Amino acid sequence: MSRNHILGALGAVGILAIAATVAMAAGPDLGPVTQQATNWPAIGMFLFFVLFTLGITYKAAMGTKSASDFYAAGGGISAGTNSLAIAGDYMSAASFLGISGLVYTSGFDGLIYSTGFLVGWPIVLFLIAERLRNLGKFTFADVASFRLDQTSIRIISATGTLVVVAFYLIAQMVGAGKLIQLLFGLPYLYAVVIVGALMIIYVAFGGMKATTWVQVIKACLLLGGATFMAGAVLYQYGFSPEKLFAASVQTHPKGDAIMAPGALVTNPIDSISLGVGLMFGTAGLPHILMRFFTVSDAQAARKSVFYATGLIGYFYILTFIIGFGGIALLMSDPSYFKLGADGTTYDKIKDMIGGTNMVAVNLANAVGGPYFLGFISAVAFATILAVVAGLTLAGASAVSHDLYAMVIARGRTTEAAEIRLSKVSAVGIGIVAIILGYIFENQNVAFMVGLAFSVAASCNFPVLAMSILWRDTTTWGALLGGLVGLIAAVVMVVLSDAVWVKTFGHPAALFPYANPALFSMPLAFLTIVVVSKLDNTRRAQRERAAFDAQFVRSETGIGASGAHAH
Amino acid sequence: MTTTQTLGATRPLQPHGKPDLDAIDLPDPALQRVASNPTFQTLVRERTRFGWVLTILMLIVYFGFIGLIAFDKPLLATKIAGTASLGLFLGVGVILFAFILTGIYVVRANTRFDSLAAELARSLAR
Repeated sequence: MSRNHILGALGAVGILAIAATVAMAAGPDLGPVTQQATNWPAIGMFLFFVLFTLGITYKAAMGTKSASDFYAAGGGISAGTNSLAIAGDYMSAASFLGISGLVYTSGFDGLIYSTGFLVGWPIVLFLIAERLRNLGKFTFADVASFRLDQTSIRIISATGTLVVVAFYLIAQMVGAGKLIQLLFGLPYLYAVVIVGALMIIYVAFGGMKATTWVQVIKACLLLGGATFMAGAVLYQYGFSPEKLFAASVQTHPKGDAIMAPGALVTNPIDSISLGVGLMFGTAGLPHILMRFFTVSDAQAARKSVFYATGLIGYFYILTFIIGFGGIALLMSDPSYFKLGADGTTYDKIKDMIGGTNMVAVNLANAVGGPYFLGFISAVAFATILAVVAGLTLAGASAVSHDLYAMVIARGRTTEAAEIRLSKVSAVGIGIVAIILGYIFENQNVAFMVGLAFSVAASCNFPVLAMSILWRDTTTWGALLGGLVGLIAAVVMVVLSDAVWVKTFGHPAALFPYANPALFSMPLAFLTIVVVSKLDNTRRAQRERAAFDAQFVRSETGIGASGAHAH
Repeated sequence: MTTTQTLGATRPLQPHGKPDLDAIDLPDPALQRVASNPTFQTLVRERTRFGWVLTILMLIVYFGFIGLIAFDKPLLATKIAGTASLGLFLGVGVILFAFILTGIYVVRANTRFDSLAAELARSLAR
């Protein structure tokens, strides 16, 4: 399985960044990203979005007083709203542009990602969501450290959170810069600074309330825009997917092969490892887990996952139709391609203007004209902005609530001081993100979203799942298990082709697969089990004895103060 | 270890009303009442089993799909209806299956589990 393919699809981000630096061995070669002519309709619509969301942030800031308001929107978000926010967190510009681009290039193969990204949600619902809501307050570390040692567990949880947030943020920042160059014709650095500044404002002033509503608005815009596009495509084929597929097969250079699995999955181990990372990584993403504390109770948490799964699944089916619409409607139209020397010939895949990540954007122009193109461009920017805001809030909470309030101050702090530190952290994370975005402009960041999912699956998820579900888990077990998973995931990625060969220039990769989760996640679980079994300290015995209290509360919510009840 | 234990023992009450670990250590009569309640045991047993059964179903379906892609590409290329291949139906099928599975869980939770929880609350209030 080609690494460029896999990880590129994980981030539009990624493909664009690779294109700028690394000649791709297989698949779409996008060429260097060139700054486009300034796109005024898109900028106008984006400015409208920004003004509107700043208004919401102002209103949210007025209503944000307690720590519960700041971290969990006072626990007052409804299941429907929360499901849109969850879906918004998950539907990044990467999945919208990247997956429709992958479908355009290879047809069926795009569906492999869509399924992988979706199937984590049932797992979250069946094993995690309700128990998380019953046990926690603001961060998943609250839950993992419920009966275990506060200091150790919060340190490992916060480290896992910050590592996931950092990799995810870098990928998003670089992607934002590249995308905005393409869509709006703004210089890279401007784009990165605008994204960083806006996310600081949303998070520092509006906390979880503003972050949630920005996410909800963006999710509605994205779902609305994608629905319109898919509808417009199907309309041209009499709402018959069969006719759309037939037209696509006729015009695509690969012909009928686009209806069958292609070159994306050649190595079974790698594809299973990718699947493990996507599936269990979803259940360990800190910015997603935080959302379960914004609803009033376990019932609402349960319903939000159900609706969110529906919305996300619907969205992936739309991206699939959009990708095929790109094949059927764009491939025969020379105006969407860079023409060859003779002015008439072009490669239907390699020569698309802006690269294959721009399929959805070019299709917007084809079905809705320049103003709809502007709308979709603005939505893509808004999407990045909302996702980075969610990540920043998760990172800031790990610093202020887990590291500062619980580890450094050991609970001897006031809510006001904690919120103040959280705001300072949000500013700090924003500035660091801008700097990293600038440093990584011409680096290969394609592997970073994949790495974020792998770390989430190998560190956060095992620590969380074992502390909730297994009586015998002890602090030492969870701490060492999480650490082993974290280090294993990062080291394996560093030794893989994407970093060891492509970034460091070594001749051969020391780790043969692109995705570490199949190995690093079981290693984390195994470490937790073995170390916990060996741990017979007095503390370990007390922690096992404390499981009953945790168990009753996790199953019933008895004793669980609502996030708003204080 | 010793250091952390000492710290644990002297740790003040958590600021957000969370019980201190050392307090949990003592046998809590209210807790025992819940844990030994037959309704609680039924609720936990049924919900845990149901959750794991659905989890395993999801794992089988998804990794079965990935396995077919990895090991039997020609099968997935088989035409079902005109141009659309078996793989396409299965892929969309996995997405729908995931959604339906969450739906099944929510329906069962809203009816059976929530009524058990309400029954538990009533019997504890007595």
